[in-house]
Amino acid sequence: MKPPRFRYYVPHSVEEALAVLAEAAEEAKPLAGGQSLIPMLNMRLVRPSLLVDLNGLQELSGIELSDGAIVVRAMTRHRAVEQSPVVAEHAPLLAEAIRWVGHLPIRTRGTIGGSVAHADPAAELPGVLVALEGMVQLRSQRGHRLVSAEDFFIDLLTTAAEPDELVTEVRFPLLPAGTGTAWLEVARRHGDYALVGVGAVVSLAEDFTTIAEARVSLIGVGGRPVRARLTESALRGQPAAAESWRAAAATVRREIDPAGDIHASAEYRRYVAGVLTERALALAAERAQEGARR
Amino acid sequence: MTAVGTERRTIRVVVNGVAYERDVEVRLLLSDFLRHELGLTGTHVGCEHGVCGACTVLFDGEPVRSCLLIAVQADGHVIETVEGLAVDETELHPLQRAFWEKHGLQCGYCTPGMLMVLKAFLTEHPDPTEEEVREAISGNLCRCTGYQKIVEAALYAAQLMRQSRE
Repeated sequence: MKPPRFRYYVPHSVEEALAVLAEAAEEAKPLAGGQSLIPMLNMRLVRPSLLVDLNGLQELSGIELSDGAIVVRAMTRHRAVEQSPVVAEHAPLLAEAIRWVGHLPIRTRGTIGGSVAHADPAAELPGVLVALEGMVQLRSQRGHRLVSAEDFFIDLLTTAAEPDELVTEVRFPLLPAGTGTAWLEVARRHGDYALVGVGAVVSLAEDFTTIAEARVSLIGVGGRPVRARLTESALRGQPAAAESWRAAAATVRREIDPAGDIHASAEYRRYVAGVLTERALALAAERAQEGARR
Repeated sequence: MTAVGTERRTIRVVVNGVAYERDVEVRLLLSDFLRHELGLTGTHVGCEHGVCGACTVLFDGEPVRSCLLIAVQADGHVIETVEGLAVDETELHPLQRAFWEKHGLQCGYCTPGMLMVLKAFLTEHPDPTEEEVREAISGNLCRCTGYQKIVEAALYAAQLMRQSRE
């Protein structure tokens, strides 16, 4: 397997990268970690005439706490997020999910911005971003804008980013005290794309036994990460107890519409989505209670 | 505007301590660069889309899939391949010795990738559990051994490496 012919350019600044992208428009592809783009080139699923390699741009790398969110610049590697004490402390859902992204030799190269821009419906990061109601920053020569995760992910490998826009940072909002999170998934082999993955966020009321708010975000069950809104609203005000999580499993199975493929049938995905939702909600609630006791 | 970018590029890389300068097509994969341009055929090419792990090398000390990088991205970087593991012609690296003694290979196709990912892993985890070893090699497919002997070899290599440090 060999990639098709293309030209290759290494910009010296983000501004220069944006100028090149504006000029070349749809002919060009930014090259981030390459862990999805290079296989697609190898299999000739994409044929850009120009690759703009962002790997030398230090200004696109780094993790910081700012404005109530963890801001991860686009070229930050998965490995850096996995090893970040800031992420571990302030975004436990991200810290838990990132370990499921590919294998170690994928996480050393793969980037946060690349994963988000690629928008694979079975990828973990888009699911986490949707669960945390995060934002994606897009920059172009025309300026910059912040797009909510909900609006950013449109469909399979399709996002709100225009051809001249670059994902420059991803924001994971911090959760209030009394909130617990959990990420669970099932894959054929640890590190492979998820058959189904579930991110749960549970906020408890002041009595620590009632659900104030719950969020359920699923991957692998549609063309983009899916928020199970019906399941979420049915949980509000319910006791944080086993019967609520069991009921959520049933609701989520009715709410989603997964497709089948060679890896798993639609029925199997629907069933597993229920099981994982039940477990993830229970675990998130348990963590919220643990956090409250500390 | 003249077309931005080029289809060829001159790169400088250090592979196993040796500096190379080559003019290459930009679409050349790092795995093919190592094998065809430098003649370092120890790095095996399996699936060529990042699933099998056979082509794993160290890039500035970190394990990467060499089929998921283009060679020009290695410009200015340091690469280690399986050929750089052994101390010299007569003394194997503890990982190689462990794979030999514990029968951690049959056909040997996956072995270079296994060795390179384990080299990076054991540097960070000198005393791993069996579970940690299994996760570390989860991105490397082996179709002969059933993994059991590879896991045993990795744990034995960790022991050898700890002993040599004492």
